[in-house]
Amino acid sequence: MKRSYYIYNNGSLRRKDNTITFTNEYDEKKDLPIERVGDIYVMSEMSFNSSLINILAQNGIPVHFFNYYSFYTGSFYPREQLVSGNLLVHQVDHYSDSEKRLKIAKAFVEGASYNIYRNLRYYNGRGKNVQVHMDLIEDLRWQIPRAQSIQELMGYEGNIRKTYYNAWPTIIDQEIEFEKRVKNPPDNMINTLISFVNTLIYTKVLGEIYQTQLNPTISYLHEPGDRRFSLSLDLAEIFKPILGDRLIFSLLNRNQITQKSFTKGLNYLHLTKEASKTIVAELDAKMQTTIKHKDLNKTVSYQYLMKLECYKLVKHLLGEKEYEPFKIWW
Amino acid sequence: MKKEITGVMIYYYKVCPRKLWYFYHEIQMEQGNENVQIGKILDEETYKRDDKHINIDNIINIDFIRSQGILHEIKKSKKIEEASILQVKYYLYYLQKKNVSGIKAKIDYPLLKKTVEVELSEQDVMEIEAVLEEIETIVDREVPPKLHKKNICKACAYYDLCFI
Repeated sequence: MKRSYYIYNNGSLRRKDNTITFTNEYDEKKDLPIERVGDIYVMSEMSFNSSLINILAQNGIPVHFFNYYSFYTGSFYPREQLVSGNLLVHQVDHYSDSEKRLKIAKAFVEGASYNIYRNLRYYNGRGKNVQVHMDLIEDLRWQIPRAQSIQELMGYEGNIRKTYYNAWPTIIDQEIEFEKRVKNPPDNMINTLISFVNTLIYTKVLGEIYQTQLNPTISYLHEPGDRRFSLSLDLAEIFKPILGDRLIFSLLNRNQITQKSFTKGLNYLHLTKEASKTIVAELDAKMQTTIKHKDLNKTVSYQYLMKLECYKLVKHLLGEKEYEPFKIWW
Repeated sequence: MKKEITGVMIYYYKVCPRKLWYFYHEIQMEQGNENVQIGKILDEETYKRDDKHINIDNIINIDFIRSQGILHEIKKSKKIEEASILQVKYYLYYLQKKNVSGIKAKIDYPLLKKTVEVELSEQDVMEIEAVLEEIETIVDREVPPKLHKKNICKACAYYDLCFI
């Protein structure tokens, strides 16, 4: 079983024969067995050499970089090993044909908003009264199939999210300030958390796309080029509510993250190292949690659900089976 | 774009037409599959003294050839032996087309400590030519052939792709 490695200490990462060695500031060494490494998250100051990049590329290991503020800097995405010209042609065709594109984009919004709705329903059943928000979202969801353009669809999606975020102060037990979603840079605790967790999910999806023949730069809901790997943004939409948002709720409601988790004087812009570690550990635990898959008749992890989403998209693009977004079914 | 039919495709044809279609269209699923990894190790760790992996025109990839003109194919199990035999017969057929004669073949099962001899009859030649035609029609389809659940599906690297 391959896993993610998160490096929070400063140091250097080097190739040593056919594996990798991390050396920290105090010259203490630790070997990472290459067969076990799925991807690496660099959350610190790190130096590399090109032979390391070569071994990472050979083994198809992506590396994701975050800066001091836990902002995503970018990923080292090794040369594609799985390429299908035939699938690429279909992927592009589904982008340039506006009808085909809208169909896929709608499926993403449909899946994402359903999972959003289910989050609200879950908390509504646990004494947080968010019925008003649920009703509003249900109304908005009704509009999705009628959208005539990506812009219109994005509009519905935006309104759904706005309504959803309005329910957050009710769901979250801590006394927090959360007026609205602000990015670049986030302006309060919640926004910083959302940004950080969403990027983690984006990188997780990217890692799964890498293991398929899909080209990560061609997307449907987001415009290709919004960010370099925009297909990852598309698919992440579906998983953000169930993996990311639920994680944020539980971190806050169990007081694992509080005001103290942010560096003082930085307007909640910067998560402390400890807080960041807590978040990645909890997310990883969640990613490895397994559920019984109703179509495959076997247990799969949340992480694997991301790969399955890629497979469904492949089948849709090849014209074999229409894509149906993952909707939480339990 | 037309592609040449390789030995692996002949093997996949016998195993499952869907697998053949996906493979031909470059949807490969073998990476990370446990059985495939075992096969890879088996390939690396057995018959080390022989000169291995003789690739001819990128069409056939012979595991190794021993002195007396016997080509060998290494397989992990006998589960889909019929497909293995056809794959090896295709090697013989291809070589015959290239005017290489007097070659024999063996399938080695190092884990089972067994060996099976394979020869190419005239009837086999006819069968292979028919199979090549059938393969063309399968891969020419717009979409993969319909899914039929078989016992071997569970062990297949394409299981999740097929059943999702």
